[in-house]
Amino acid sequence: MVGLGTWITFNVGNDPVLRDECADVMAAFFEAGGRMIDSSPMYGSSQPVVGYGLQKLGRPPALFSAEKVWTFSATAGSAQIEQSRRFWGVPKFDLVQVHNLLAWKPHLQMLFPMKSAGAVRYVGITTSEGRRHDLLEQIMRNEPVDFVQFSYNVVDREAEARLLPLAAERGIAVIVNRPFRQGELTQRLKNKPLPEWAAELGVSSWAQLMLKFILSHPAVTVAIPATTRVDHVRENLSAAAGTMPDPATRQRIAAHVQAL
Amino acid sequence: MSEWWTYRAEDFLLFSPRVYWRMFELHNATLWPLHVVTLATGLLIILLIAWRPETWARWIALILAILWIFVGWSFLWSRYATINWAAAYIAPGFFVEGALLLASSLLDGLAFDRRRPAGWIGYLILGFAIAGQPLLAPLQGRGWAASEVFGIAPDPMAIATLGVVLLARGRLLPWLLPIPVLWCLMSGMTLATMGEPQAWAPYGAVALTAMAWIWTIIRQRGSLPAA
Ligand SMILES: NC(=O)c1ccc[n+]([C@@H]2O[C@H](COP(=O)([O-])OP(=O)(O)OC[C@H]3O[C@@H](n4cnc5c(N)ncnc54)[C@H](OP(=O)(O)O)[C@@H]3O)[C@@H](O)[C@H]2O)c1
Repeated sequence: MVGLGTWITFNVGNDPVLRDECADVMAAFFEAGGRMIDSSPMYGSSQPVVGYGLQKLGRPPALFSAEKVWTFSATAGSAQIEQSRRFWGVPKFDLVQVHNLLAWKPHLQMLFPMKSAGAVRYVGITTSEGRRHDLLEQIMRNEPVDFVQFSYNVVDREAEARLLPLAAERGIAVIVNRPFRQGELTQRLKNKPLPEWAAELGVSSWAQLMLKFILSHPAVTVAIPATTRVDHVRENLSAAAGTMPDPATRQRIAAHVQAL
Repeated sequence: MSEWWTYRAEDFLLFSPRVYWRMFELHNATLWPLHVVTLATGLLIILLIAWRPETWARWIALILAILWIFVGWSFLWSRYATINWAAAYIAPGFFVEGALLLASSLLDGLAFDRRRPAGWIGYLILGFAIAGQPLLAPLQGRGWAASEVFGIAPDPMAIATLGVVLLARGRLLPWLLPIPVLWCLMSGMTLATMGEPQAWAPYGAVALTAMAWIWTIIRQRGSLPAA
């Protein structure tokens, strides 16, 4: 599955033109069968901009809302989630994740009872830093989280060693952030020709090839690329369909990109 | 933030350059034609310092105080904070600078002394803030609509204040310096992280101010009678 990230791309403040552009991206996302939108109180105006888009699109029922709690304060978490919920204009969130492991203990202690009470469907935890994988692994082992979110892409592959197998073993759903390394990879590869064998996977762009690499890992549930462009969101969503690379082809994709 | 040292400058850049520069366009469109008034005020400040420094010092401080508070409220608090939550914490700094300038005005704490060598650097910086900075947007292809204008946008406000401080004397000067310097450093960092060459403007203003300030101190020490 391919979801939609909102870091930077949806932080457009009160700019009416850019808000409508974000709503267009969301419209194309839902049209193409997209479901998960991921945001955070850390992302400036992204939450109200998502809320604006949802309202404009008549609250698409397919939405899977993935939010985060991000505060040092052990006690301010639930008020922050409530504020985020009002920004989105949803009755409740499908998923609330502890952002970047910040104050993770008290926030998880708050979230699990919220889940039991039906105020949130799933609980998760996120990081985007390879060096924090040890702590993340420990939490995955010891806490009953439903989702885990970390970075994984064709060049940042640390997660293959322990996190991805552990998630599969414990039945934890995996959200992959920074699939294009915040656009660095798509920029770097922009003018390079796709390898001929990529056609066998039915891909027409580097973005699709990189997404197929991620999505074909058996432990990955969803990748959440962010974009400001309607053509890009369509391109990204179509990567979830069609032929997926087998393990040998996955290695080939990674080796090819590394060598470029 | 736990392990905050593992964060990089990019991790705190919450917006794209496109959104950042469009913010100035929208801000300018909302406030136009106030720019004519604030630019005229800026020119007036230069003229008053040059020709009637004794009479008008407290009025100059008062004008700057009003503009700092206005920019803090209209730009940082009401606009920039929508894309950068940190701006809501920085806006009070602009109000504090306004209050300090107001105190300088009420206590008649500033006097202008254009003959000091630092003064000429002061004129240069002040002149750049008022006449140079607005040209950066059109020169870099963003058009006049995105210009950063004295009294409307924070960078020319802070840079101009550095110029005024270099042209002035008085006990309160060390209090007036930190906030514009900090703003220039923060703005320079933001611009540099976005890959905008314009970062040299706030950085350059701080570097020139520091040089002129140190130069003045050295000269003052040098002219003290030997013990
Ligand atoms: N700790 C955390 O919880 C954490 C940390 C990092 C990220 N995240 C989440 O993960 C999401 C994704 O990560 P990210 O935003 O850092 O980076 P990313 O998705 O790897 O990259 C985003 C960049 O890729 C470009 N892009 C997207 N689709 C493209 C396509 N088809 N062709 C060419 N370029 C394309 C976009 O530019 P265009 O606008 O031009 O398409 C955008 O600049 C975030 O938005 C956020 O929701 C969470």
